[in-house]
Parts: sequence; structure tokens; C-alpha cells
Amino acid sequence: MDRTGIAPRLRHAEHVMGTVVSFDVPAWAGGPDGALGAAVRWLHRVDATFSPFREDSDVSRHGRGALALADCAPELAEVLAACAAVTEASGGYFTVTPGGGLDPSGYVKGWAIERAAAMLTAAGSAGHSVNGGGDVRCAGARGDGQPWRVGIADPLRPGVLALVVTGRDFAVATSGNAERGSHVIDPHTGRPAAGLASITVTGPDLGLADAYATAALAMGPDGCGWVAARCAEDGYQALAILPDGSMRHTPGFTARLP
Amino acid sequence: MRRVILAVTGTVAGLVALLSFKSHSPAIPAVTTSGTGMSSSPSSGGPQGSAGPAGQGFATGAVGAVPAGERAVTGQVAGTAYGPVQIQLLMRSSTIVKVTILKQPSSTIHDLQLGQFAFPRLISETLTAQSARIDAVSGASYTSQGYIASLQSALDTRT
Repeated sequence: MDRTGIAPRLRHAEHVMGTVVSFDVPAWAGGPDGALGAAVRWLHRVDATFSPFREDSDVSRHGRGALALADCAPELAEVLAACAAVTEASGGYFTVTPGGGLDPSGYVKGWAIERAAAMLTAAGSAGHSVNGGGDVRCAGARGDGQPWRVGIADPLRPGVLALVVTGRDFAVATSGNAERGSHVIDPHTGRPAAGLASITVTGPDLGLADAYATAALAMGPDGCGWVAARCAEDGYQALAILPDGSMRHTPGFTARLP
Repeated sequence: MRRVILAVTGTVAGLVALLSFKSHSPAIPAVTTSGTGMSSSPSSGGPQGSAGPAGQGFATGAVGAVPAGERAVTGQVAGTAYGPVQIQLLMRSSTIVKVTILKQPSSTIHDLQLGQFAFPRLISETLTAQSARIDAVSGASYTSQGYIASLQSALDTRT
């Protein structure tokens, strides 16, 4: 710890899980045996276990009936149980079989980042952020002691921020159609979800925020109302950006604004 | 100086993003070209003449002498789906006063239209990201490739 004021920081970008995970951590967390390295190794283990794109992952093998759940990594049962709860809460708009085969990615990425951030906290970090391809978990305060500031990308104007949210311990997940095309399918119609350019969900847990954002995007214009009705009591809020650039948000979302 | 380099990186990266995302935009004003593939100008006689970046010194073609009190910062050549792109910024203090396209995709009129449309907006976009003082960016998932052009990658490389 630098006793003169701001402690040295370390930034790290790790290519894993089909995206890049960006870390902002105290500098002491670096090094081969540091907390950052442990968090990175965890993410690669999640990738190997949960990737639907790897033939030999537990998810792929379990999905095609080649591996019993009891023989999979123990985290798979935990993840599938959490996913089932979101599927029920969302009336089926969130599903672990979005393309037919088993693919819990809509929860796993946020869940894995949540765990990585918790590992850093457990190792003694009083402030860090972990951004997994646009899903962000902030913990404690940033290096200068101030709340974290997370920019929400404008889905209609690449490279531009639509707004900024702030806070100390919170998660921010955004689902949208900006970069990968219409990748969220409405499971009730089998067609790409329309109606929202993007939806951002904030809350205490990034896994749930990620899954809620996926479900709410598939719901379209009703997505914000669903978050307000079913998720707000647990601390989740949402902001949706519509194709015309207008915004809708849950009543409590304004507490996140600077 | 670090900020300036970041601005160049961000602008070039942003351009790549725009070229990737705006390829089907129907509302881009038409332009005529001089045929060299390097310089272009807004077409005369149409309402699109007003679409230029008034007051921002947007220019194409070879850069001239650098005025006193300003400095030129040249970005790296960025490969895009439409061909190589390279820009040069003229900076006064920490403000971008002019953007010059050193190299841009020139194979079709459509590419030049994209260039005309993209650069003026990128100036404000780069400054917007700088002034927001953010720590991270939340948005629709990016791939490993998309990360390179993302605002988050610019944040990760700052000091």
C-alpha cells in the first residue's frame, strides 16, 4: 500500500471465454502467484468446463447425453439450478437451450466474472473491477477511493457512451444486438428478438444481472416492466434503449446515475 | 502526450468499428471523388453539402505544414474489411483541431461515403469517451476481435 495516497493499480486484459476480460486491480494482486493469476486461471477453467463450442466440455458432453450431471464439474449443477430459476421467473424468456442444444452461456459468463471478482475480494482487495466482454462487476472503491464509473455503450452509435452509472459494489450487464447481430432469440417465436436496441441491468450479482438482461431483451418493450415487477425487490434495475434512441428505465435506476 | 496517443488509438479503433457497423446505412450523403482515391469532397448542388463538419477542420488528402502551436499525430495503419485506414490528427494542446485521412479504402464510392460520414463523428466520440472519465464499458458482448476496436481496450491501455 502506498501510504502517500493512491495505491498503484494494475490493468490486465485476458482473452478467454470467446471474449476479453479486463481487470482493474491493486498492483499487489499481480504476479504468477497473485490473486489476479488465480482469477484468470478460474476463468479458463470455466471456459473448459462450460463452453458449448468445445466438444469435450462438460456442458457439451452433458448436453448430448454422454456425461451424467453427477459426473460433471460440481459447478454445472449449481449453474443449471440458477438458470432454471431465471427461466421460471422470466416465463421462459431465458432458456439454457437458446439454439436447441445445452448452452447456459447467458448466465455463465456473468457468474464466472462474479466469482472472479469475489476471489479478489477474498484475497484482500478493497477495490477492483472485472469486465467480461461488456458485463462488469465492480467491488469496493476504485483506486482513488471514488465510486466506480461504468459507461453504457450507445447501441445505436458505436464508440459512443449513452450514459454513465456509478456505484461501489454492483454489477452491470448489457444485452443488445449491437455487435454480434441479432443473437438473442425469442424462445416463444424462434425468431430474433426485436423491440430493444439494448437493455442494461444493474444489481448485486452479475450472473443474475446477465441472465435478466438476456431475458428482458428477448421480451422486447416489456422487458423493463418485467425487471421492475419481478427483480427490483432483489435490487435489480434496468434501462432499455429503443431503436429510435429513446430510453425506458425502472423507477429505481436513477439511483445509479452520477 | 499519453492522452494524445490514446486519442489517436481510440479514433482509429472507432473508425474500424464504424466501417464495420455502418456498411448498410442508407442515409449517408453522396460524395464525388477526384479519381485519385485519396481525396474527396462533398458533392455540390445537394442538401448534403451542409453535412460537412463545419468548424472542425475536417480535411482529406495530404497534410500540409503544421501551424505554430499545433502538432501532428499520426495513427498506425488499421486494417479494415474495406482496406487499410490511416489518419493524422492535428492537435492544439489536447484538442483535436483537424483530422486528415492519410490512407482510406478507395475501391468504391460507397467506401468514400463511409469515410466522409465517419470521421467528423469520430472526433466528438473520441472526446466524449475521454471526458466521461469512466473505468469500464458495459455493452453488448464483444468477441475477442471486436475488443480491439472497443472503448474498453482503450481504457485498458491507458496509464
